[in-house]
Amino acid sequence: MTEFLQQLVNGVTWGSVYALIALGYTMVYGILRLINFAHGDVYMLGAFFAYYTARWMGAAGRNGDFSSAAIVLVAAMVGCGAVGFLIERFAYKPVRKSSRLSALITAIGVSLLLENGGILAFGADPKFFPQVIESRNIPLGGGVTISNQQVIILAVSVALMLALRWIVLYTRVGKAMRAVSHNHMAASLMGISVDRIITFTFVLGSMLAAAAGVLVALQNPKIDPLMGVMPGLKAFVAAVLGGIGNIPGAVLGGLVMGIAEVMVVGYLSPTYRDAIAFVLLILILLVRPAGILGRSTTEKV
Amino acid sequence: MRQALWLTGLVAVLIVLDLIVPRLLNPYLLQVLMLCGINIILAVSLNLINGFTGQFSIGHAGFMALGAYGSAMFSLHVGRGWVAALERLGAPGPLAEAPALLAALLLGGLLAAVAGWLVGLPSLRLRGDYLAIVTLGFGEIIRVLILNIDAVGAARGLPGIPNWADFFWVGLWIAAVVLASRNLAHSTHGRALFAIRDDEVAAEALGVNTTAYKVLAFVIGSFFAGVAGGLFAHFLSYLNPNSFTFIKSIEVIAMVVLGGMGSISGSVLAAILLTLLPELLRPVKEYRMVIYSLMLIVLMITRPQGLLGTREISLAWLKRRRSGPAAGAA
Repeated sequence: MTEFLQQLVNGVTWGSVYALIALGYTMVYGILRLINFAHGDVYMLGAFFAYYTARWMGAAGRNGDFSSAAIVLVAAMVGCGAVGFLIERFAYKPVRKSSRLSALITAIGVSLLLENGGILAFGADPKFFPQVIESRNIPLGGGVTISNQQVIILAVSVALMLALRWIVLYTRVGKAMRAVSHNHMAASLMGISVDRIITFTFVLGSMLAAAAGVLVALQNPKIDPLMGVMPGLKAFVAAVLGGIGNIPGAVLGGLVMGIAEVMVVGYLSPTYRDAIAFVLLILILLVRPAGILGRSTTEKV
Repeated sequence: MRQALWLTGLVAVLIVLDLIVPRLLNPYLLQVLMLCGINIILAVSLNLINGFTGQFSIGHAGFMALGAYGSAMFSLHVGRGWVAALERLGAPGPLAEAPALLAALLLGGLLAAVAGWLVGLPSLRLRGDYLAIVTLGFGEIIRVLILNIDAVGAARGLPGIPNWADFFWVGLWIAAVVLASRNLAHSTHGRALFAIRDDEVAAEALGVNTTAYKVLAFVIGSFFAGVAGGLFAHFLSYLNPNSFTFIKSIEVIAMVVLGGMGSISGSVLAAILLTLLPELLRPVKEYRMVIYSLMLIVLMITRPQGLLGTREISLAWLKRRRSGPAAGAA
């Protein structure tokens, strides 16, 4: 039982990182119907931006200094927001009017570009993220412990999710985002600048991915230019699991995915870690193709 | 009668080429040529699914892996025995290998086709992106399974596969997949596939059994992907699960889209181009993949319909080109 609860704590932590990445996928899909394959690589860039900021600040020596950790996080988010803006402006915007398949190939091209550009710029071998916050275990009772890094991961991701919820539900730009995701044409007739909203969505999603990258690097300090491929794919699966285009669904999907993965590693075999995501995916698509929280729509003729 | 004549001619030409080509090229060029051929089979077979029928499969590498491993296991455990028996009867090398290789390739293809049917049947009721995601998941599951099955070498890879596949066999299967696609495109069934691509709801309203046709395209496409995998295994003599990642599926999709969705000759052309491009970029080593990805993006922005669009390069088309646009219009 203790082990199970411990795994659950680890699963929820890991799942909240998936949820942060999945949110970017789901928002972009909701607005553009585009699977943004480059999203996982933005997450990788987040970790690298944080790495270079932390080194530049010499934060490694200042253990437990939360303000420097916060600066690193914000720097990575701003950097990735800029990258998201550039990707949207120079790669996706020109293909928006052509078929969805060419948009998808472009996304794959961007993903390959970021990965190989990353290898070129950062080097292919892994880098070790400076330990900005020293790891310490906090007992939760009953033999279950949670590390202070896990607490930070959970706290930051919950805060970001609440912030996102506030933006989407209670601000003008959030209202515009929801309008655009319903219908581009009608939204633009209502005076919403669709282009600007799409750009905003990309920047927002990229910032969340960056945060996820930094949080993961806190716990697993080994970062390399290809680290985004698998988490990217799995976060996307998490978005589908929850119902793609649905924001609470992405969070739920991320949590389910994280817990399932940790359980498989703990009780079955670590080698099946990458398969469980896709098995879950196929199961959900067979039983409930719209995802857990998604509403199924009938096709109108 | 005419078709039989064509076929004999084709086999004769391939045999002659098979004798000449390996002598003319150094081993590196020969390998690039063979990989071009295998990629052509992959691209044309995926074109059946993505180009003709408008379904979006991103798990082609999974089907290829099934064919590769299935045929390799057959050759290692059964096929080698057949060859030895035939050689004892006095058959010369290539002739003794032919039945074993053919059986291995057909088996690999069938294995992939059955998998295509199994994946297709439930998931083809899903539309568009969901199908894409299921095929992606399928490809990854196959790879992880291979990584976990010790009998096929797991992460170490599978060495020692007899290298029976030569230029002749690759050429033969290119001809098979191209002819099969062409004949399909000109048949009633092909029209049904195009109708599904152009408007699925309208096709269904006109009485096309859309699910059956989508499954058909899937089964044929995955069969040839399996065969391509078998050729790959029997050419390289070594298999590794890392050859069949998601990236491999993406490469094949890039070929189909670059060539123009639905264009057979486009797929062939793009397969050659995209196999040669990374090889040509070898001198600039570390910039190679960066240039490759940039070209992919630029091509999609400047020519989203692909190199050929839905057109085909054929003898009739070339004749029309030569006699000028006026004659072509008339």
